[in-house]
Formats: sequence, C-alpha cells, structure tokens
Amino acid sequence: MSELIDALAIAGKAALGFQAIFFALLAIGINVQFGYTGLLNFGQIAFAMLGGFGIAISVSKWGLDFWVGVAIGLAAAVVLALLLGLPTLRLRADYLAIVTIATAEGLRLLFRSVSATPVTNGTRGISDFNGQFLELAPWPTNERYRLLGTSWSGGELWVALVGWLLVALACLLIWALMRSPWGRVVRSIREDEDAVRALGKNVYVYKMQALVFGGILGALGGMVYAVGTGSAIPDQYQNANTFLAYAALILGGAARVLGPVVGAMILLFILQFADTGLRALIDNGVIPEGLLTSTDVAQIRFVLVGLGLMLLLVFRPQGIFGDRREVMLDAR
Amino acid sequence: MTNAAGRARRHGRRPGPGRAPTGPAARPRPDARRSPLLRTLLRVLLVAAFGLGLATFVPGIGQAAGEQLVGTLQTSRSGPIDGVQMTVTTPDGARIGQVDTDAQGRWEVDLPGPGQYVVTLNSDDLPDGVVLAGEDSRTVTVEEGRRQAVVIGLSDGSRDGGGGSVRAVQLLVDGIRFGLLIAMCAVGLSLIFGTTGLTNFAHGELVTIGAVVAWYINVDGGVPLVPAALIAMLVGAAVGALNELVLWRPLRRRGTGLIAALVVSIGLSLLLRYLIQLFYGGRSNPYQGVGGGRAVDYGLFRLTNADLTSIVVSVVVLVLVAVMLQRTKIGKAMRAVADNRDLAASSGIDVNRVILVVWMMGGALAALGGVLLGLSDQVQWDMGFRLLLLMFAGVTLGGLGTAYGALVGSLVVGVFVQMSTLVIPNDVKYVGGLLLLIVILIIRPQGILGSRVRVG
Repeated sequence: MSELIDALAIAGKAALGFQAIFFALLAIGINVQFGYTGLLNFGQIAFAMLGGFGIAISVSKWGLDFWVGVAIGLAAAVVLALLLGLPTLRLRADYLAIVTIATAEGLRLLFRSVSATPVTNGTRGISDFNGQFLELAPWPTNERYRLLGTSWSGGELWVALVGWLLVALACLLIWALMRSPWGRVVRSIREDEDAVRALGKNVYVYKMQALVFGGILGALGGMVYAVGTGSAIPDQYQNANTFLAYAALILGGAARVLGPVVGAMILLFILQFADTGLRALIDNGVIPEGLLTSTDVAQIRFVLVGLGLMLLLVFRPQGIFGDRREVMLDAR
Repeated sequence: MTNAAGRARRHGRRPGPGRAPTGPAARPRPDARRSPLLRTLLRVLLVAAFGLGLATFVPGIGQAAGEQLVGTLQTSRSGPIDGVQMTVTTPDGARIGQVDTDAQGRWEVDLPGPGQYVVTLNSDDLPDGVVLAGEDSRTVTVEEGRRQAVVIGLSDGSRDGGGGSVRAVQLLVDGIRFGLLIAMCAVGLSLIFGTTGLTNFAHGELVTIGAVVAWYINVDGGVPLVPAALIAMLVGAAVGALNELVLWRPLRRRGTGLIAALVVSIGLSLLLRYLIQLFYGGRSNPYQGVGGGRAVDYGLFRLTNADLTSIVVSVVVLVLVAVMLQRTKIGKAMRAVADNRDLAASSGIDVNRVILVVWMMGGALAALGGVLLGLSDQVQWDMGFRLLLLMFAGVTLGGLGTAYGALVGSLVVGVFVQMSTLVIPNDVKYVGGLLLLIVILIIRPQGILGSRVRVG
C-alpha cells in the first residue's frame, strides 16, 4: 500500500515537474498549428532542440549571457519555421508533415554527428549553462524540500515555477488571440481554406504566422527542458517526443486553450505511474521476471502511448475537453 | 581480422569520420557480418549447440567460454598496424588489461566477466599518415561468453586524396543498390497512398518486421536465409492484410478523416516499433550463414556477393512488379484505383479487394526490402523507421501515389545519399537526402512523374 502511495506521489511530481511543462509547451505550440490552424507539424521537437541548444551553445560555447542565449534560441526557431513553411505551406497538409518530420530527424542527426562536435559536443551534449538562471531563484537551489510526499531540489522548484508561469502566459495569450480576428481567420482556414481565400485573406501568411508562433512555443518548451535537466543532448530530442506531445494534445482536447496543458499533466502522470508501478510489481515478483523485466518498462511506455493515441483518435478524437465538431479534420 | 579489416576492405576508399565507432553513425555499421572472426565464432557456436564439442579444436577460440575483447587495427593504405597500445578499463577507470597490437594488427584482452568496458587506443603509437577518425576510446557492452569485437575508426587520408572518379563509381553503385532497396520498400507506400489516400507512417515497421522475422527464422531456427526471407515475405503480406482488414478498412467505413488516419498510423508505428524493441531488443544482429564476405573487384568498383545479390534480387522483383502493374488484370486495376477511385469503382472494379492486394503486396515487398537492408546493415529494431524518411523522400520526389514514381524517386534518393558523401561526412549523409526532399518540394512539388492536380 505504501508503495502505491509512493508511486502516486512520484507520478504527481512528474505531472508538475519540468517534463510536464516541456510537453505542455510543445503541445500548446502544436495546438496553435494543428488544433486551431490545421497544420500538421510533426517536427515540433526540432524547435525544442533549437531552443535548448540555442541557450546551451550560446552560454557554454560562445560565452554569451543566458538571456542572449534565450533570444538566439527563439530566433533560430523562427528561422526554422520560415524555412519549413516557405516550400510546404502552399501544398497539401501531408507535405508539411513529411518535411517537418524529416527535418526534425535530420537536425538531430546533424547535431549528434562528428562534424558538429566542436559546436554541440556530438552525442555527449552540452552541460553547465543554467547557472545564471538558477542564481535568480529566491531560495537556495541546492537544498531539498519536501512537497506532496516527494523530494524536490530548490532548482527543480524554481524551474517548475518559472515554467508554469510561462505556460500560464502562453495560455492567456492564446485565449486572447483566439478571440481576436486573427484567431477567427486561422480557425476558418482549418475549416475551409478556399472560403477564407475567397474572402480576400492571405491564407499563406496566416498559416506561416501560426507555424512561427507554434514553433516559438516549442522552443520555449525545449529551453525549460534543457534548463531543467541542466544538459542539452541531441538524443534527448527524439522524434517520439513530438508524438508524445500530440498524444497529450489529443488526450486533453485539441482546439481548447487548456486542453494541451491538462493533457500533458495527465499523460506524464499516467506514464510515470505506469513506470513506477510496473517496476514495483516486477520487483515484488507480482509480474514474473520471465514475462517482463524492469529494462522493458521504458518500451512499454511508448507501446502504451502508441496504443492510446490510436484508440483516442478512433473512439474519442475530441479528447477530454474537445468539441467534436472542431476536430473533424480532413486533409487538404 | 575483425571489423576494422572488413571495413578497410569494403570502404577502403572512404573511411570517413562517420565510421568512427563512438561517433554517431547515422546507420549501423554494416561490416561485422563480414568479419571472418565473427563468422568463425558463429559457426563455432552453432557447432557447440549441436553438442559436437569440437569447439576447442578450432584455432582462436580456445577460451570461447570466457569473455574477451578483440580487434584489429588496419587501414587500406597502411595495412595492419602493429605496436599500438590498447588499454581496457571498466567505466569507473579500473584497469583490466593493456596490450600492444601484433604484426597482423590484432589485439585481444581477456575480461573478468560480462559487463561494460572502455577500450582506449594510444594515438601516439599510430604511424605517420594514420589518424583517428573519431574518438580514441569506445565503450562496449560484453555479454556473457562473448568475444566482443571492438572497432576504433582510423583514417589514412585516402578519403580526401586521389581516385576521385573511381570512388564516385563505387558510390554510384552503392547508391543504386541502396536506391533499389528503398524503391522496393516504397512501392507499397506509394500505392497505398494512391489507392486509399493514407500517408502511412507505420510502413517502416513493415520493413522491420520482415527483417526481424527473417532473423528469428534464420538464426534461431537455423534455416538458410533464402527460405527465411520467403517466409518473412509471407508474414509481411499477412501483416499488410491484417493492417487493412483490422484497422484501415473499418476506419474508412467509419469515415475517419485522412489526418486522423495519419495520426492513427503514427500511433501504430510507435506501438509496433516499441513492441519490436521489447521482443527483439536494442541490439543489432547480422544474419547467419551468409557468404560473400570478401568484396570482389570489378575494375572500377568493388561489391560483396551479398550486395550483388541484393541488387539482382531488387531489380528482378521490381521488374516483376512493373510487369504485374502493366500486364495483369489486378495490376491494371491497382493503377486504375490509384488514378481515380470513383471511376474505377464505377467501372466494376472491386476497390476494397484491390486495396487489400496492394496492402499484401506492399507488406511483402517491404519485408523483402527489410531482409536486404538487414543483409547490408544488420537487423535493428528501428531500421525501418529510419528508412521511412528516405522512402518518403523517394516517393515525394517521384510523385506521391504513383508506382513508377516511387521507383524513380527512390533510385535518385539512394544515389544522391551515397554520392553526397563525396562532399559531406558519412554520418550526415541522410541529412543530405532530407535536404533534397525539401529542395524538390520548392522546385517541383508534384515530383518527377506526378501530375499537378495531386498537390493543390
């Protein structure tokens, strides 16, 4: 029983920690692109990688200020969005999907390659760049605090606090944007692009703006993640993370302001609970060693996500909060 | 002779930095299979498994029961390198052993047991003109009773100097082999898109399933690779049919949108990929009993017999597919459905049956492609997913939804990816292929053989 409570507490920490913020910001970005505008960006993790490495490279390789690093990361994300959007936004939806997933994988391979090692440290990645950020914390960052039955370091708390503030700001901004004329236009693009064009709107420009905005949110997510882990390693930014963010978004409900946030928290809670719970069951011998070993648990998580994503889309595409009419999307 | 020797033979003219073992090779190193030592070992294990107990008579495996690290230092230009100090430590730095390579460039160190070890090469001992291609150390995991081969990438500068035209020919041939392989996997992807509109992100897993099934039959079942590959194709066709019957046909009937279907296929891809990793593990394994380890010199280029077989098999299969599409009734029906589904249906074609056949054909071809990929690059749990992006590049380049377009586009992508290593390092060559995809979309989004209306 105590193990169950422990597992719940650890899962609760995961649902509030920087990883949940990471997925929440990625999913909010995807929500702008996919949920509201109907753009299929399967390379969201590339924006996160640029954000994280923007800080990491600027601070530890170029010796710049932390906040300059943040600006560089955001600028890199904007450039990437423009580069991706220019050739593909005039084409049908699945072209953007293919190009973004290809770019994300290509960028990761590039960042971990031997030739990029002088800049990115290759597969080992960069660490020690978040000092300036942690110094800003109003409490000592190397002490540990008890919270909801789990132990948090001061640094973790500080990153989580700033991260959730960012999430709140992003939600507020999106809430305001979606009530504005801009929001109405992008939602109409999702529903009927030709009708919007017939009304004299430049669909291409609106789509590009949505792509850039979502990309910036993704980059912010990557920054929270890099600062939270204290390191930027190319292989942290696997493509599967993009799909985890999609799962979070669809679980919570696409085209809803709080959908991606709630989705990310629930997803992280479930994943962590499954992880700790399965490990405990294996350690206690409830699940026989021959059936499953604790090294298999990491893969089980992705199997569950894949299965969950499929079931959600087949049986409840609107997720928890969504409106079914808003998510009946079709390729254009 | 171990991996390093095999690599020097095959890629003698291009041991680029990408071949650095600790470096992030974009693809698994394709050479261990060619290592005679490993093959000897496998053969010995096989013999031992049959309980003949002859293992001790085979030279070089006297200590087959204990764990060892072995390797050979050699490049194509310098030949074997002797007198280089190799140090083996545990990850915490405790020293296990230190040896110098012998006159054949070989070295071996006995280990106290299975686990993780770090092998470090003393780069000061390397002769002039030979430099490290990557880092001077490598961390390896040794399983129980294994003689683990360790490769430290060396470069003798031959990549940059001389022989440009011949190297180009070599890369062209390699590229054609790779392109044909992509084409075989991608024909199904393109036809599925053409007939159902589905952008199937789970197609890479069909490739992996083929390779893994063939591996289990080949290695665990002791069946030669050719029948194993045929069985894998049957399994691939069955998986394709299951895909269609269990998932996609009901979804079409429910009227699921194409984007929703696309995300479902991503979920399926994640599910299958990690299930495969769960059962198969994260290792990369070669097929067993495959001959032709030595590259045969054809004048301007060299090919191992396995690679030659791969080219011949792909050409034959692709020609058969083309003949089928062109001449047979079901082939014509496929093209008709891909071209205009409603028109095909109204002219009496059973569209659902055609789609089922397309799925089965696509599954079988992808499985065969997976076996061929496993032949050149070893079998890995995510091999299909990494190939998927190049398949998309090929299919998009040729024109989404057209069968011949997938063929032409994939060939171009394969050749481009291999030839690009003339100017860019080996481990980023896939990036070149993906860049090509983006450039195509800017210039000619409908692809080489596609028609304008498809992309609007």
